[in-house]
Amino acid sequence: MAADPLFWRSLRVTIVYIVALVPSLYVVGLGLALLVQSNTRFNGFVRSLLFMPQTVSLVVVGLVWQVLLVDKIGLFNQFGSVMNLPAVSWLGDPRFALITVIVVSVWFLMGFYMLIFLGGLQDIPREYYEAARIDGAGPVQSFFRITLPLLQPTSFFVLLVSTVAAVCESQTFDLVYIMTRGGPANSTSLAIFYIYQQAFLFNEYGYAAAMASVLVLVLMAITVLMFLLTGGGRFSYA
Amino acid sequence: MHEQAPEDRIRRRMLQPVQLALYLTGSMLSFMAVAPLFWMVSMSLKETNEVFSANLIPHRPTLDNFIYVFTQVNFFRYLWNTFFVSAVVTIVALAFHSMAGYALARLRFPGRDVIFLAMFATFLVSQPVIIVPLFILARSLGLLDSYAGLIVPSIFNAFGIFLLRQFYLAIPRELEEAAIIDGAGYFRIYWSIVLPLSRPILSALAILFFLANWNSFLWPLTITSNQDLWMVQVAIASFRQQYNGSWNYIMAASTVVALPTLAMFVVFQKRIIESIKTTGIK
Repeated sequence: MAADPLFWRSLRVTIVYIVALVPSLYVVGLGLALLVQSNTRFNGFVRSLLFMPQTVSLVVVGLVWQVLLVDKIGLFNQFGSVMNLPAVSWLGDPRFALITVIVVSVWFLMGFYMLIFLGGLQDIPREYYEAARIDGAGPVQSFFRITLPLLQPTSFFVLLVSTVAAVCESQTFDLVYIMTRGGPANSTSLAIFYIYQQAFLFNEYGYAAAMASVLVLVLMAITVLMFLLTGGGRFSYA
Repeated sequence: MHEQAPEDRIRRRMLQPVQLALYLTGSMLSFMAVAPLFWMVSMSLKETNEVFSANLIPHRPTLDNFIYVFTQVNFFRYLWNTFFVSAVVTIVALAFHSMAGYALARLRFPGRDVIFLAMFATFLVSQPVIIVPLFILARSLGLLDSYAGLIVPSIFNAFGIFLLRQFYLAIPRELEEAAIIDGAGYFRIYWSIVLPLSRPILSALAILFFLANWNSFLWPLTITSNQDLWMVQVAIASFRQQYNGSWNYIMAASTVVALPTLAMFVVFQKRIIESIKTTGIK
């Protein structure tokens, strides 16, 4: 395993994927939750629409994005050429393929994290905001002084779940299998996909299982680290 | 007090552009969220030479793509397989999960906490990670290429059991004590008191389980090679290989696969959204 450059490659791709996906989901999820926080009819509608991608299967998601991103004639490249942007092969260029997979993953997962944050925001008493406003705090100040500190349990949950999702939830396999097959030049070969390839394409079951074990160890290490850094998810200064 | 009134009015007037901006942002983002799905449906209704034109409404809408999909491929069979497997998994899983959750919440037996912890530990390990041992296990049990192979491994789900256990812990004990005095056994209590009380949570779980199974891809892909047992997700993935480039057919097949889940979401959206918001289950 240690001598297999493709294994190291897939581990590196996985780490880039985690490092990009987890913060993006946090920011996008929290941003959307704040946007549709108040319970108006319009917001209820927006929430439903934002969550809708989650109910569609990842295979369909992969196929739809693939057709939207087709080289030259795909909708995105048509739009790009209208804007006088250079034509980009979103899924065929090793420089862009992983970014594309990350963006589609965020698009697919954002509704779920928005709902988790909405649940967390609901638990913050309104009185705190009113008191802050009377004391002359602006929206930015009350966000950093009230919302963020009181959201810590939710934040911990989101970071934990999204890290697990980035390592081994189904989108790591389904999207890659449909959209890129790990290519081009192995640039989107996430560890889960590489494990699948070794097992079911090359019949290297033992090798695949060994790599999966390493992946679980990495995941456990990240989880333990997060627990230690946050004092069991409670955040020492909450 | 009197001095605040005009200030409030100013504040309200000032809020107008902010509110407008929020409306615009909300509309734009929700459009971005669903636009790819609109284009999926749109392309499925277009003729071959129009597929890549940017207009959302087809110039000459046609159902030919759908007819092609259903006549060229055994799509009804795949839909039926998927429906059958998803329904059986959902029903069996709910029966077992609620019994397990109840036992873990109420019965006292040696090793209960260890069992609970062991189940909870699997929460972080998702299916793709254990796909290789799972496959080897299923193979040695002779489950390859069978409905049992599609159904049995999908039944266990730590979160369902965990959630039901938490729910049962919150039911007041007095209800069950009254039943014990009346001479009811454990199963009787479970059947006539606990189950009816858990109807809302069971229906929420049922929707989520059904959706998850309908959409599952990796396991059906791994365990079935016989085309008669294909589930829809596997079918459209291979359809895409077979009709490489015929995007109008591929989009028609995708629409057929996505419509049931989208319809389920539209009908049950309140329940789905509430249950995820409060518990974080998927």
